[in-house]
Amino acid sequence: MSDTSRQGDWTKPAAMAIPKGGFFKDEVEQGRYGPIFPKTPACYGFSIIAKIIPGREPVFYEYAKNIEKAVAGQPDILAVLKLHYLRWNLFDINGETYFQYMGIFDTDFDKYTEDAVSIFAATGLNTVFENLEGFPKDWKTNAPAFIKFVRDHHRPSFLEYGEYPFVSADEIKKALQLKAAFSNMLDQMQ
Amino acid sequence: MLDFDDIQHILLTRVPALTGRYEFLSFRNAGGGRAWLSALLPKVQSAKEVRASTENDNRWVSVAFTWNGLRALGLDEDSLATFPEEFRQGMVARAEMLGDTGRNHPDNWVGGLARSDLHAIAILFARDAAERSRCQVEHANLVARCEGVEVLSTLDLEATPPFDYAHDHFGYRDRLSQPVMEGTGEVPTPGSGGPLKPGEFILGYPDEDGPPANLPQPEILSRNGSYMAYRRLQEHVGKFRDFLHEHGKTPEEQELIAAKLMGRWRSGAPLVLAPDKDDPALGADPQRNNDFNYKQMDPHGYAVPLGSHMRRMNPRDTAHNMNRRRLIRRGATYGTHLRESAAEDGAERGIAAFVICASLIRQFEFAQNVWVNDKAFHELGNERDPIIGNQDGTLEFKIPKRPIRKKITGLPAFTTVRGGAYFFLPGIKALRYLTALGDSRPA
Repeated sequence: MSDTSRQGDWTKPAAMAIPKGGFFKDEVEQGRYGPIFPKTPACYGFSIIAKIIPGREPVFYEYAKNIEKAVAGQPDILAVLKLHYLRWNLFDINGETYFQYMGIFDTDFDKYTEDAVSIFAATGLNTVFENLEGFPKDWKTNAPAFIKFVRDHHRPSFLEYGEYPFVSADEIKKALQLKAAFSNMLDQMQ
Repeated sequence: MLDFDDIQHILLTRVPALTGRYEFLSFRNAGGGRAWLSALLPKVQSAKEVRASTENDNRWVSVAFTWNGLRALGLDEDSLATFPEEFRQGMVARAEMLGDTGRNHPDNWVGGLARSDLHAIAILFARDAAERSRCQVEHANLVARCEGVEVLSTLDLEATPPFDYAHDHFGYRDRLSQPVMEGTGEVPTPGSGGPLKPGEFILGYPDEDGPPANLPQPEILSRNGSYMAYRRLQEHVGKFRDFLHEHGKTPEEQELIAAKLMGRWRSGAPLVLAPDKDDPALGADPQRNNDFNYKQMDPHGYAVPLGSHMRRMNPRDTAHNMNRRRLIRRGATYGTHLRESAAEDGAERGIAAFVICASLIRQFEFAQNVWVNDKAFHELGNERDPIIGNQDGTLEFKIPKRPIRKKITGLPAFTTVRGGAYFFLPGIKALRYLTALGDSRPA
């Protein structure tokens, strides 16, 4: 389920300060795998930060190429996740390498989590997670363990901003299609 | 190969029952519960038995247990801990996520279904009322003989007339779209997709993703078992008919509104194939009545509104990983039929159904949380399932139409959840295993 009460005027940029811990007291919505982090003007999202297994850094760069290739070959491969953007980073803290995975999407992660697991399993997009410390080895058959890892390593935002708040990727695509359709119509009128 | 002789019949067969009865039980002591189960066990038929003798039998019995019920029978803590979290918590604890809030909240449930001492259900399907009465007396005698076994509540099932096809109190034809499993010998009707791996519904078999994993232990307990989400849904027939009259001037318009809510005409004819006019012959023809898709045939919902019940419960080719989200439905209607011309009489009537699947969280709860009650389903905003969604009178229902859509605001609740529970439906050998549990721990 999703809360539409905060979703106002898309023409009015909005920011939302989020309490420590990531939840608004008394407004916590329950999902299938636990409480759902709130939808903000920047839609839903996660920021997963985890330490990589020492020496595995090259695997991440290889993984990037695999993802690029997979999406080029099958552009709708990640469609079920209702994404806007994904960003992957590697950075050092005290000589140890950490991985950061940030996503902005239109549906709470729990909703399609089994689908996410199955995409990773089916397409070989899995390797990068297996190079994180503490990642469950049986993740392919144990969605709850996968989700627990994601939840344990998620660092909730304390502030989020949307230039066009709460607008979904589908709505944006519809608007662009409409623009293209009008453009085509004008061409036909020449 | 499926172990037909070990799988409870309800998982694989439909029986020609016109009546039935559910009895919800509590075990005050483990020995009494096991004595009850031991006595009932010979009457619990496997799929193999029922397939061989359906025409001669007059009654069909199934039994299933809540997680608390398994503990009450004496199952040890190590084994109890191997059941999945959502089953251990039970339906009441999952209420908010399932959309069981407001009038649907467990605080308002009847029959003791929200109680933590709900331990078991005995499901009786009977050919007629006389057979049901006979079984009712027999079961009452059995309960009386078993110390500490208490009947929390019962529910009598009644088919609604006319009896020549299955339908609910609103008049919608039922049982049109059911998944088929590999190895059952059944052939899916056109449009229903290929047979699914049995592990989607029966524990211990490969599922659509591969070999079975993380099953409850010991294996004898989980093999050939399944999970059942029970839902007792009251249907507000008077309110439903008033709504049709309010939004349709002629009987034809009223039928169309009813069809738009469901996605099929009440005859069963799918709107994708019969968008403007009912076609009862199509509705009754299993070779044709499920043979359609949405992506190519109705992408914008001009025939079947994007938020209609049917499109939410089975989005077909407009959702991902559909084979991992399928559900088997069993059950029946209860309560008296409200004649077409009769005013609402206030009596409770509805559907008492089981949703059967191998994973409650991945299948039943997903459907309930993401398809039925998600206001953002298909980008609709401010809509939930018009038939079984949690409706509080503030939501809407949009009917795509050229040049502009029709929007119904303030949609009333046509149904109310009156109870529910998560049950584990063990195989026959597993039932025997449960009867043989020691009395090692207090119930």
